Amino acid sequence: MVFFYAPLDADQGFVQKIFYVHVPMAIVALVGFVAGGICAAMYLRTRETKWDMRSYVTIHISVILAVGVLVTGSIWARASWGHWWVWDEPMLVSFLIVFLLYATYWPLRFSLEDKEKQARYASVFAIVAGAFVPLNFAAVRMAEQYIHPETFATTTGGMPGKFALTFVVALIGMALLFITMIKYEMASKHATFRLRALRRKLAGDDDELTLTGRSAAPQL
Amino acid sequence: MRSTVAALLSKELTLEWRTRESVPAMVLFSIATYVVFHFGLDRDRVAGDLASGVLVVTLLFAAILGVNRLFVAEHEQGGFDGFLLAPVDRTAMLVAKAVALFAFLCIVEVFALPAFALLLLGPPLTQALAPLVLVLLLANAGIAVIGTLVAGLAIQTRARDLIVPLLALPLLVPVVLAAARSATPLLQDGGAGALPGNWIAILAIYDLLFALIAYAVFDFLLED
Repeated sequence: MVFFYAPLDADQGFVQKIFYVHVPMAIVALVGFVAGGICAAMYLRTRETKWDMRSYVTIHISVILAVGVLVTGSIWARASWGHWWVWDEPMLVSFLIVFLLYATYWPLRFSLEDKEKQARYASVFAIVAGAFVPLNFAAVRMAEQYIHPETFATTTGGMPGKFALTFVVALIGMALLFITMIKYEMASKHATFRLRALRRKLAGDDDELTLTGRSAAPQL
Repeated sequence: MRSTVAALLSKELTLEWRTRESVPAMVLFSIATYVVFHFGLDRDRVAGDLASGVLVVTLLFAAILGVNRLFVAEHEQGGFDGFLLAPVDRTAMLVAKAVALFAFLCIVEVFALPAFALLLLGPPLTQALAPLVLVLLLANAGIAVIGTLVAGLAIQTRARDLIVPLLALPLLVPVVLAAARSATPLLQDGGAGALPGNWIAILAIYDLLFALIAYAVFDFLLED
């Protein structure tokens, strides 16, 4: 659909197609960060490990998407503006800041030994960072002159129909991909813990199993 | 609540007065950073956006030093246990620590600002002192709130000195941005410009929102 249905952009030509990957990915990643914060709030309220797990997995996948956003954005910027990185572009800079902030999530988890404490501190971090995401964008957007292609709700008419339709389909597709990835990771984590529990049962309770590799993921 | 905060705050200030651990280090660090900037930028005097950037970034890094030390005494001497045993609101700790950090930053600026004017700043400092003080006070409030929150998050971790700057720098980017942009016209050559209202508003709103967030989540950091 991206390639056959949507018309070529008059100004940017074929390069503009990356828009259908880049923008949905960015939106989904940001929503994912906020969702991770909400799951973390649920953890602090209920103290059930499954919420910490959800928060962890959501943030994990969102960070992976964020890397994709930075890479595709860079390629797009190179093609349409002529530079890999543009500093006076508030959208890019604020996204990079958000990415750098979330990159600290793993060092934070790894440097706490106690599992309960790890979950609690990571949740506080996820809430603060999740609130920071919209704040950061609002702050930057309020004051800067805005040169990012504003696609929605502009006074000059927004996107023509075929672009908009393709974009919405791309957005839904990306959201579904995101949810699928979360489901997969959750399933894999559950399987890992089941396996570990079974092995422990086989080896006897007093036998400490040596874990291969270190993990900061929440344990069920 | 108020008396608890007052007690904690006076404890904090007495401790700092007797040990002189954070503030002198922060002052020395800022002055050393100005010297480094002098050589790094290879300039004898700075003005306008360069001056405001150097000023704000230096204060930010000096603040990180203070944030690193903020809960160390409590952590090492068991002050957290004593505080948790006392029948008081836990948020009092946040308020007292944030106010103490705010006070430290103000004291640092009392020394660092004249040093900056003497060593690096081109236009005279007196031309826009009052609005500059307003900008710095708002920036201090933001740094104090976020710094306290980050210090509380990082104090129990093994890699504390690593986690604090990694967390604090991205969270403080909007503060730095707004403070530097508002200070730019104040430090221009040839007379101070007007204070940009929108940046001041952003700074104030950001401070306020983060104060609310910190107030909401700080309880969970002090549970054990």
